[in-house]
Order: sequence, then structure tokens, then C-alpha cells
Amino acid sequence: MKYLDEYRDAELVHKGLDEIRRTVTRPWSLMEICGGQTHSIMRHGLDELLPEGLELIHGPGCPVCVTPLELIDKAIAIASRPEVIFTSFGDMLRVPGSAEDLFRTRAEGGDVRVVYSPLDAVKIAQQNPDRQVVFFGIGFETTAPANAMSVWQAQQLGVKNYSMLVSHVRVPPAMGAILSSPYNQVQAFLAAGHVCAVMGYWEYPPIAAEFKVPIVVTGFEPVDLVEGILKAVKQLEAKRFEVENAYGRAVTWAGNQPAQELIKKVFVECDRKWRGIGTIPLSGWRLRDEFAEFDAEKRFAVENINTQESPLCISGLVLQGRQKPHECPAFGKDCTPEHPLGATMVSSEGACAAYYRYKRQAA
Amino acid sequence: MCLGVPGKIIDIYEANGLHMGKVDFGGVTKEICLAYVPEAQIGQYTIVHVGFALNILDEAEALETLQLLREIGAFAEELGADAAQVQTLSS
Amino acid sequence: QRDRIVLGHGSGGKLMHDLIARTFLPAFDNPLLRAGDDAAVFRLSACSRLAFSTDSHVVYPLFFPGGDIGRLAVCGTVNDVAMLGAQPLYLTAGFILEEGLELAVLQRVLASMREAASEAGVQIVAGDTKVVQRGKADGLYITTSGLGAVLTGVEVGGAQAKPGDVVILSGPIGDHGIAVLGARGELGFDAAVQSDVAPLNHLIMALFDASEQIHVLRDPTRGGVATTLNEIAKQSGVGITLSEQSIPVRPAVRAACEMLGFDP
Repeated sequence: MKYLDEYRDAELVHKGLDEIRRTVTRPWSLMEICGGQTHSIMRHGLDELLPEGLELIHGPGCPVCVTPLELIDKAIAIASRPEVIFTSFGDMLRVPGSAEDLFRTRAEGGDVRVVYSPLDAVKIAQQNPDRQVVFFGIGFETTAPANAMSVWQAQQLGVKNYSMLVSHVRVPPAMGAILSSPYNQVQAFLAAGHVCAVMGYWEYPPIAAEFKVPIVVTGFEPVDLVEGILKAVKQLEAKRFEVENAYGRAVTWAGNQPAQELIKKVFVECDRKWRGIGTIPLSGWRLRDEFAEFDAEKRFAVENINTQESPLCISGLVLQGRQKPHECPAFGKDCTPEHPLGATMVSSEGACAAYYRYKRQAA
Repeated sequence: MCLGVPGKIIDIYEANGLHMGKVDFGGVTKEICLAYVPEAQIGQYTIVHVGFALNILDEAEALETLQLLREIGAFAEELGADAAQVQTLSS
Repeated sequence: QRDRIVLGHGSGGKLMHDLIARTFLPAFDNPLLRAGDDAAVFRLSACSRLAFSTDSHVVYPLFFPGGDIGRLAVCGTVNDVAMLGAQPLYLTAGFILEEGLELAVLQRVLASMREAASEAGVQIVAGDTKVVQRGKADGLYITTSGLGAVLTGVEVGGAQAKPGDVVILSGPIGDHGIAVLGARGELGFDAAVQSDVAPLNHLIMALFDASEQIHVLRDPTRGGVATTLNEIAKQSGVGITLSEQSIPVRPAVRAACEMLGFDP
């Protein structure tokens, strides 16, 4: 497939790795933000090909993983209502709430459907005028334009029986939170390529300057990841801390203007709770008041649900790079992909799931 | 989850109140919303995420990334050869 | 451990294996069942061993590029029996029909079953039919069972793999899964992909003519190649190394898997 196969060329990857070995003179810890990058690193075994001491910490960049427990409980409460058709991306069905998951709700008779795009949810609403169709609007900046468009389209077409349960998160505030933590070990970031395809990378220079860390916009294929790591270590060795774009084919400085405009029209920044980390100021989006009629939390009065997280799960520490998945006592025992405790084990991009699938022998 | 897959735009049209199009992912075609890439032309490549085109892929930039690594390899090989020579001389 | 059946229990993966190990095996426990192969092999008399298998089919939609529920039902059981080194002979077929199913659809499925049976050289010798109320089934479900005579001197099964054995694939992987998913239309993509569902017993018999060094045969279904090889590795207590590049995947199947985030 064009624009994929060329960036999986093993020879180029090894050339990049050799250059990284020649460049690195001391240990460094880098964090790749996005779960998709984590998955690709583990699937191609890139972390095992890096020189000794050059460590990749898996970041909180998997929207399924960071969705707070109470949002899952709210989703389950809404999906259990007889008049509701609850639609969601597939990954969200297995995420454990405090008692059950959406798969269980479906098994008990809830109408829970997997959709590929939020526009499909709007179509389902048009086809079922007598039902309430709700879409689980989670994701980072990458998914925000799609979710915003579904609300915008529903308003334009007067689809009154469509609403969205919103749990959107943003990368820059999360970066800030990680870097300001006293335990922070991250010395450079690989920024999430597709987040930047939407937002551009103009939001990152203030972070690089304030915390003196290089930030390299990076893609997802092995060649892209090696390119991103190489640029990051070159900066670290030269004591520079700038924002660089290693994913030029897909990302520009300004990003996608029409997408950013519609996001601003439909959403407004808000504080957001991240599962395992806690509340990060202005780290999320919620629907603006003009779109309150499309807010499922209001429409189904579930705002009062707030739940405590499982004490056994250390997904917060894993997400901040302070511990590796296999250092968790529950890893591979009472926490497996079939019976996940924390969300980092649920999504295939979560650090724990990636470890379980590709590295369990090492645990 | 923020899975973005590159595909080739093979048709552009309006549907359900939106600027839409057909994208081919190497043998699989799908209807995709092009509202965020109004300038898109048939034949161009785009990265698609949850049914939406996020951008238009820049062919020149794409080749540059590959070229950068190829050149590094070539330069290093020369360097590598000299370094190896030095190694043998000094040991 | 979940206390209700969920869709994942039918996916051929870990959830299904746990269900079988914790619920079905204790209920029916016997050595033939515990072997865990595609068919059970047992001796009927001094010189003849039989292979016996059963499969139920709930594929939706009923018709998809390259096949349909009828062809799938016959080929699935014929292949399961052949996988134990047996020449398939007789099949039975049980039908669950939904009230309201068009007779023309049933006749089309039966014609397809007749064609697949003659291709495989087997006969459907017994059957049963039940009808359920409208809405209780996806139109039509079929359960088939098959009986075959194991070739003399042949010992194949999931536990027979030995170090030094080589894994041979009979064709590109993922075709059937993507063809059905595409035809279901839920994910709104159309892929130029055909299901490769076919009877393999003649191919298997030719294999035995060509070599005595055949230890394991398996027809991967829901779980796919990865799950199947995992099962064999566990049954035989061996490790299996695969080179990803040498596993054939058609471009359209790879494209669909990239888009949906599946590993083919």
C-alpha cells in the first residue's frame, strides 16, 4: 500500500538505527505520546533494536486508556435504557467500568452497536426516528473533527434523536502535566503524528521552551519512528530543545484549518479527568452550550455519576512512564486482555496490552 | 484508535449535506468525508481516520524522509570504512 | 470469569477456549474430546478407525462473495474430518429455520450444499429441521456432522507436531473473514475479495500419497492462522517460529486489515 510499504523498509530502518547508535553517547528516556506509535514499536520490536540506555516510555496517548471510569459507568447507564441505541468505536466495548462493560450491557439486552465513523451513528439516528441514538464521543485531537462534524450535521439536518457522550482529551496539557510532575523522567517527546495532522504543531514551542525538552512530530511506521527518534537524540546530544517535524508528508505547521474551526465552533476546552492520572486542567473538550441539546450527559441526566478507580491497577504509573507493565503484580494474572483491570490492558494500543501481546515472555 | 490509513481519492461528490468522496486503500474502497480537505483533487492521497480525510499527503515530503535515511546510510558507510581502517591500523 | 455469554465467546480466541475448557470439557469429559482436534478419531474394529466431527454455522449474511452458508457447512465438516487423515464418507445436516424465511433462499442454500457434497464426493444421509419464531434467528442456521475412514497407518493430530517440522499454508490468509465482513456491509467498505471456502479432502489425500511425514493438518476458521498455530503449539508442546514476510496476504485483505486495525 502506497505511503505504508515504503516506510516499512527494513534496510532503511537499520540504517537509521545505526545512525542512532553513532549519535547516542549516554542514556536517554524518550516518550512516544500516541498509543498507535506504542503498538507499532512493539509489533516491529523497535524497542529491542535501540542502543542500550535509550529507553522509550509509553505515553498516555490511547484515548480508550485514559477515558475515566465514571464515563464508562455513564455509558453503561445510558446504553441500558430501552429507548437508546448506543453506538461506539469497537475498542470501548471491553473497557471495564466499576462493575461491568458495554459487552455485558449488550448481553443483557442493551442495543449496543459498533460503528466505524460518527457519521454512521447519525445515519442510524435518521433511520430510527423513534429511538434515541447516542454516540460515545471519545478520542484525542485526531478524532475531534469527526465527532464535532457529527453534531454539526445533526443540527443542520435537524436530527433531534442524536446525542453524544463526550470524553475528549488534548495532548499539550497532558505533556505539561507529565513534565511538571516531580517524578518526571521524560527528556524528549515523540509527538503524535495524526494529532498534529489536525492541530499542526504551533502549540508545542512554548512547552519545549518552558521545560527545555525536544519535541519531534513523528509518524507511525518503523521508518518514521526511527526518523523521529534520530532527530530527538541529535537534539539531546547537542543540548537543543526545539520542535521538529519528522512526519512532513502528513503534518504542516498550521495543521488543518477547517477542522480546527469546526472544533472551536462545537467544543470548548474544559478540565478533564484522565484514568489513572487524575484531573488535568483544560485537558479536554466538552460541547459548547449552543449544542447542549446534543449532550447525552444532560439529556439522560447522568452527570451525578462519579466513581472511584480500582486500587489494584497501576495504569496511572504505567501511563506516566514510572513503571513498566510487567512490573505490576496483576499483570498477566488477574489482569489480561480477556479480563482487563485497567484500560491500558484493554485497548490493543494500551502499553499493558502491547506488552502482553508482544513481550509476555520477558515478564 | 487514532488509526490513520493512507488512501487514494477516486471520486468526489455531495451526500447527506456533506462534501464526500470514495477513497481506495489498495483494493478496498470506502465512502469518506472530505469536508476538511475542500481543496482535494481526484488522484491525491489522504490520511483517513474514522471516516474523515485529515489532510492531503505531500509527495515531495514523503520522498525526502526516505532520501534522508538513504543518504545517511551512504555517508556512514564511507565513514564506517575509514573508521574500520583506523581500527585495524591502531590495533 | 464472565457470568453471561458475550459475542466474544464465539470469536475463536481466548474467551472461547476458556469457555470450552471451563464449561464444556468438564460436562462431557472423555479422552477423545480432550484431544481437542478438528475431529475425534476412534477404532471401530481391528482394522478400521473412524473420524467423526460436527460444526454449526451462523454466518451472516447467508450469501457472500465466493460462497454461502450451505457451502460453508459442507466444506467445514468435510475438512474437519479430512484434517485427521480420513476420507470423508457421510454427513448429516440439522437446520434451524426462522419463520418467514423465503423458500427460494432455502432451495438456493440446499443446491449449494448438494454441489459442495458432490465436489467432495460425500453424501448427506440424515438430517433434521426445526422452525423458530420470527426474530429468533438470522434466517437460517445449519449444524453438520461428518464421518470418515482414517487411512491405515496415518497418525495425524494437533499433538503430533515435532521439532524440525515445517508449517505449510495452502493459500493466502484472511480471504474468508474479509469477504464475509465486506458483504455484511456494517463497516461500509467493499473489497474485491472472495471467500476461498472449498472441500480440501482430495488435496489432503494427495498429500498422503506424496509423503508419510505429515504430522498435523488444520483448517483455520474463526480464530485464524495465529490462533490455530497457538493451539497446535500448546497441544504438541512445541514452539513455532514464523517469518511474517513469507505469509501470503492478498493486497485487498491487507488493506482491509490496515483500515480496521486487524492483524491478518
